[in-house]
Amino acid sequence: MNPITLLARLGRAALAGMSAVGRAALFALSAFSHMIRPPYYPREFFYALLNIGWLSLPVVGLTAIFTGGALALQIYAGGARFNAEAVVPQIVAIGMVRELGPVLVGLMIAARVTSSIAAEIATMKVTEQIDALVTLSTHPMKYLVAPRVLAALITVPVLVGIGDIIGIMGGYTVAVQNLGFNAAAYLKNTVDFLEPLDIISSLVKGAAFGTIAAMMGCYYGMQSGRGAQGVGRATKGSVESAAVLILAANFVLTGVFFSL
Amino acid sequence: MIRMENVHKAFGDNQVLNGMSLEIAKGSSMVIIGGSGTGKSVALKSILGLIQPDSGEIYVDGKPSGSGDRDKFLARFGMLFQGGALFDSLPVWQNVAFRLLRGALKRPQEEAREIAIEKLRRVGLRAKVADLYPSELSGGMQKRVGLARAIAAEPEIIFFDEPTTGLDPIMSGVINDLIREIVVEMGATAMTITHDMTSVRAIADNVAMLHGGVIQWTGPVSEMDQSGDPYMEQFIHGRADGPIEAVR
Repeated sequence: MNPITLLARLGRAALAGMSAVGRAALFALSAFSHMIRPPYYPREFFYALLNIGWLSLPVVGLTAIFTGGALALQIYAGGARFNAEAVVPQIVAIGMVRELGPVLVGLMIAARVTSSIAAEIATMKVTEQIDALVTLSTHPMKYLVAPRVLAALITVPVLVGIGDIIGIMGGYTVAVQNLGFNAAAYLKNTVDFLEPLDIISSLVKGAAFGTIAAMMGCYYGMQSGRGAQGVGRATKGSVESAAVLILAANFVLTGVFFSL
Repeated sequence: MIRMENVHKAFGDNQVLNGMSLEIAKGSSMVIIGGSGTGKSVALKSILGLIQPDSGEIYVDGKPSGSGDRDKFLARFGMLFQGGALFDSLPVWQNVAFRLLRGALKRPQEEAREIAIEKLRRVGLRAKVADLYPSELSGGMQKRVGLARAIAAEPEIIFFDEPTTGLDPIMSGVINDLIREIVVEMGATAMTITHDMTSVRAIADNVAMLHGGVIQWTGPVSEMDQSGDPYMEQFIHGRADGPIEAVR
């Protein structure tokens, strides 16, 4: 291939990528600006709270309890190689609170909530419901996007907190029931070991991941193409982007909190 | 009055509107006809500001479309969408009363519900339909609910986007009659886009033929059959031969 053609292709791909990032960033800015300016739609906000927060509890709880249990078994087995089985409570606590709790909850929210928001808004776009909203003097960013992003920003840290506790309890159950740990000592070690920054980082990550998950769902939904294929592409793209951005944001936030 | 002057709109390489000009007198019913994909919906959405034209001017009552307070501007319009565009997540009455439950026209919930039920009755639906969801309704009922929503806030201008598409001939007749009655009763300015000639004869005061991105002929519905315009003649009689290519 001619080097100039290759260069042109690379340039086009780079420009397209940057343009996509720019569009998503402008969309996010617009969403935040609509979030703080009236009119507000409390009914939509409470519906989003229920859908993103309350209805995600079962999947978050199950993910956390199994992960906490598996983590306890792994640490016990790994620690046994150098006589460090006793660190199970501390490592489960730090592992769940600093990393696995926020990341797994974030990914589960991306799977459950991002996909559902993207598919719902994309279907609304395809069936002209978004146009209908505009003709009824209702701004789609205020009515559809702002309530969902705000609800995720508020509820996902709570879900992460609950996930952290359930995960630790999963580890505790396995450690006490199967590995012969003393119940009171396990809990004391967990509480003594955790520092406020661990918990703060967990909740901040939750807020960031929740915002990313809802924002990507709304963005891809609003950008959807026509027909069933358009809805399918929007849903797939939203989950892929949300998952990658959550993992990238986790790396950046971990650096900010623990490498400074 | 609505006036479109030399409006152009392209999507990529596809030039949809190519200098469209049209006037719709206040209180009259204009029907725009034309084949599928000729830009009828684009013209209508351009007036509402849902689509921004590339060039040209659109005026509503002498003021540029979309100028001033957008909410006030949109509050003057009602629109019936081709597929109904009802909100799946809301029951029928909240769809109809959508504008009355929020924003500048907000009323108490009970009052909004009463108005919604009254509008549903006006389009021939029983009060018990009010608490159903759109997915529980037939296509004809969804169109009627869409019509009730379009007229709920008593707009001055109503747009009908292919109001009879997908309906059986009897239901099409019912919807055509309802549109005509409601437009006359409310004294509203109406703009309908369709390719159903029965609708044209039932609804229109004036007709405009859109093809190639421009209005090929416009005039009173009574003169439509004697227009002498080859595009109109081909379209009215549904002929495959003529200036409009059958394969597009």
